[in-house]
Amino acid sequence: MKINVTVNDEQLEMEVGYDEFLVEALRRYGFNSVKRGCDTGCCGLCTIWINDQPTLSCSSLAVRANNQKITTIEGLQEEATDFAKVLVKEGAEQCGFCSPGFIMTILAMKRELKNPTEEEIIHYLTGNLCRCTGYLGQLRAVKKYMGVV
Amino acid sequence: MKIVNQSITKIDGMDIATGKPVYTDDLVNVKALVVKILRSPHAFAKIKSIDVEKAKKRSGVACVLTHQDVPNQRFTMAGQSYPEPSPYDRLVLDEYVRYVGDEVAIIAAVDERTAIEAMKMIKVEYEILEPVLNFEEAIGHPSVIHPEENLEVNFDIGMKREKNIAATVLIENGDMEEALKNSPVIVEETYYTQAQAHGMMETQRAFTYLDVSGRLTIVTSTQIPFHVRRIVANALEIPKSKVRVIKPKIGGGFGGKQNASVEVFPAIVTLKTGKPAKIIYDRKENLGCTSSRHAMKIKVKLGADHEGNIKAVDMEALSDTGAYGEHASTVLGVAGYKTLPLYNTAKAVRYSGEAVYTNKMPAGALRGYGVTQGIFALESAINQLADQLNMDPAEVREKNLIKQGETNPILSGSKAGEPGKLDSCTLDRCIEKGKELIGWKEKYPSQRVSDTKVRAVGMAITMQGSGIAGIDTAAVTIKLNDDGLYSLLIGATEMGMGSDTILTQMAAETLEIGMDKFIVHGIDTDLSPYDTGSYASSTTYVTGNAVIKAAEDLKGKMMRQASGMLGVPLKGLRFKGDTIGVINHPDKQVSLNEIAADVGAGEGKQEQLMGSGTFGGDKSPPPFIAGFAEVEVDLETGKIVLIDYVAVIDCGTVINPNLARIQAEGGLVQGIGMAMYEDVLYDKAGRMMTNSFMQYKIPCRKDINKITVAFEPSYEPTGPFGAKSIGEVVINTPPPAIAHAVFNATGVYVRNLPITPEKVVKGMMESSK
Ligand code: FES
Ligand code: FES
Repeated sequence: MKINVTVNDEQLEMEVGYDEFLVEALRRYGFNSVKRGCDTGCCGLCTIWINDQPTLSCSSLAVRANNQKITTIEGLQEEATDFAKVLVKEGAEQCGFCSPGFIMTILAMKRELKNPTEEEIIHYLTGNLCRCTGYLGQLRAVKKYMGVV
Repeated sequence: MKIVNQSITKIDGMDIATGKPVYTDDLVNVKALVVKILRSPHAFAKIKSIDVEKAKKRSGVACVLTHQDVPNQRFTMAGQSYPEPSPYDRLVLDEYVRYVGDEVAIIAAVDERTAIEAMKMIKVEYEILEPVLNFEEAIGHPSVIHPEENLEVNFDIGMKREKNIAATVLIENGDMEEALKNSPVIVEETYYTQAQAHGMMETQRAFTYLDVSGRLTIVTSTQIPFHVRRIVANALEIPKSKVRVIKPKIGGGFGGKQNASVEVFPAIVTLKTGKPAKIIYDRKENLGCTSSRHAMKIKVKLGADHEGNIKAVDMEALSDTGAYGEHASTVLGVAGYKTLPLYNTAKAVRYSGEAVYTNKMPAGALRGYGVTQGIFALESAINQLADQLNMDPAEVREKNLIKQGETNPILSGSKAGEPGKLDSCTLDRCIEKGKELIGWKEKYPSQRVSDTKVRAVGMAITMQGSGIAGIDTAAVTIKLNDDGLYSLLIGATEMGMGSDTILTQMAAETLEIGMDKFIVHGIDTDLSPYDTGSYASSTTYVTGNAVIKAAEDLKGKMMRQASGMLGVPLKGLRFKGDTIGVINHPDKQVSLNEIAADVGAGEGKQEQLMGSGTFGGDKSPPPFIAGFAEVEVDLETGKIVLIDYVAVIDCGTVINPNLARIQAEGGLVQGIGMAMYEDVLYDKAGRMMTNSFMQYKIPCRKDINKITVAFEPSYEPTGPFGAKSIGEVVINTPPPAIAHAVFNATGVYVRNLPITPEKVVKGMMESSK
């Protein structure tokens, strides 16, 4: 069936399966930044924004995105680059496969939380798994980026 | 050093961090067939009949393959140098299925939905056999897991197929009976380490097509591109010259991609149909149908005197290799080879064991590769010895540890009658520093912090190797381009740890010029120089040495070129990176650009400049770590909170402190996962219960508090700029150190990983009886 969505500020008509998840549809339409790490909503790799809310695209049916606004990291390259610079300076990106979902969560957190504590940051990011870095380097980068000391 | 030992940012960091399409599945830009696998529901069965007619006829299905359609050529998926020590016990599809999830049929269709629908139309009749699920019952079990006659081994690894023994190992030195007799204090315990999953974020995947000349091209997320070429060619009985393997960026490996787990499936589809094909494992397949760490049972017997001098170390291992023997003999052996040399005062050491087949998912390589298992057993026993002697465990270690300059007959590089020498080791200083950082003096062994809570500390040490001596090899080529830029051609696989960056650092340091002058190429077996692959902690050490050789070679060629251009003999010239100058004439020089232009000037007499270097080590210098854990245990619930983990590392010269630190933190967290949370579990029928991240718990952000990483550099004379490895050694200490801390808090020794609250509470209840 057909759905109309705005992806990264562009109107798009997508042909999607009735039981297809958004992560698959988006990848099929070339939004390759959207990664998939599990099938159970556990890892956060597939995080995108629907109407500016961070959402797991592996657990959202594509049809439900009809008439909604979707943002992937391709649509936020400038902001993502700002954070990525801090992350890379810390050496805290390893394979990078978890990064798009992780950064989408961070950019949403930046909009949502003012002066968060370390605990609040960790809590916000708990759904984003990473098997490479051990999280602490990422935390150092996030704190620098958020201006938390 | 200007570039080495600096925290240079990763050269591909921005691309991977900002979501650029650089991974295997991002690069599939043609309509590829989607490959799915029908898997066995039984732990052990023989396929009586298989009916695929209906599935084949479904529109959109390109092919359906069963064991009748594949070559009868046994192979191993283990990515090791030929001749591999892993048995050739696999077929692409077999008439026997040996674990729940084993491959029964390959289906390729225009899309995933069609493939899955077709899969459901396949009818299989099985003759169900009695499975071997408990690895302690495998030897001599009435069920023989590999009854086939054409199973092959490349050399004697002590396989006894009819008894389900895949490999046997024995390492010994000194008179064990005598040493034990002279040991008034004995510790004898049995330890169990579980199967651990790699849990890399990008699951196994590959994409295949025929190029214009009909060669099979495989784009795959692998650690071992050159081995994949050989494995696929052998398994599918096609000439190696017809196969090309390309490795793009990969989303983590940890040893899980040191097996060619998936490549043969799309490859055979492409060969049969002529069409591009791709396979993407989902998480369930990644956790349930690839490989895991070898679960082991290790018996340790230590002998010592009352002063804490260790006289004897005797270890006996049983390793569960699952349905296939990937890495069976080597992981088993490494658990002994890289633990026995630690306590060099011992008069006798022995390590023996068997790796056995069972009807479970095969085991394979996983970061630490047996040392993780062996160290848990040995270090736990050492801690128990200290407790028995009423001595500080750090002191027991200091008394007995191998030290820089000492020799040991089990160290890699040893020959008969000529024990290997340890050229670099700061382990004693690592222990000292670690004690300070964790506050050992004040905190050891424990403090009561409330009615129900106790805080305690524990420790462990470890070593690993750097590449495999006499086997691992790497070649590197550096090409001077026409525009004065260097192309760095390497065959080692970057998988996120930053190897492309640190290898470039070494090239830049040697060629005395900035990192921005280098272009690094990903792996393409058609073009890249040979490298055994990124595993066994070999990249920094093995490929790094090759980088230096290649850079020196190119430097020499550029000097000769400059000598001709300047009309000055070589010894009158000095290499300064961007220029080569005449020593006595500061203004007489040629620049890199001029040299590049000169060789490219087409007068037909210049040689294009390329430097190459090959390295294979005859020793595998061990990095060392002293690890310290501080835990808080709730005595009512057994809940363990890891408060702090300190690791002090001797990896020789640290090539890139930032990247080394993240590598260490990541490995420690993976080790903490193994110590406390991760466990591959099966039900009674042999079905894996932990094949999703819902049930298989890798650590999340909330599981990790403080981790402190520090370095105590040594200088390894055979290493590039004095470097050793770091990739694997970092995972080893958490299980024994945390077990020790939990013991100091509760008096309960958990000898069966993971260390869960239930086991702690149960232990406390038993000891209060
Ligand atoms: S892929 Fe969506 S949470 Fe894992
Ligand atoms: S960097 Fe590899 S999973 Fe996070």
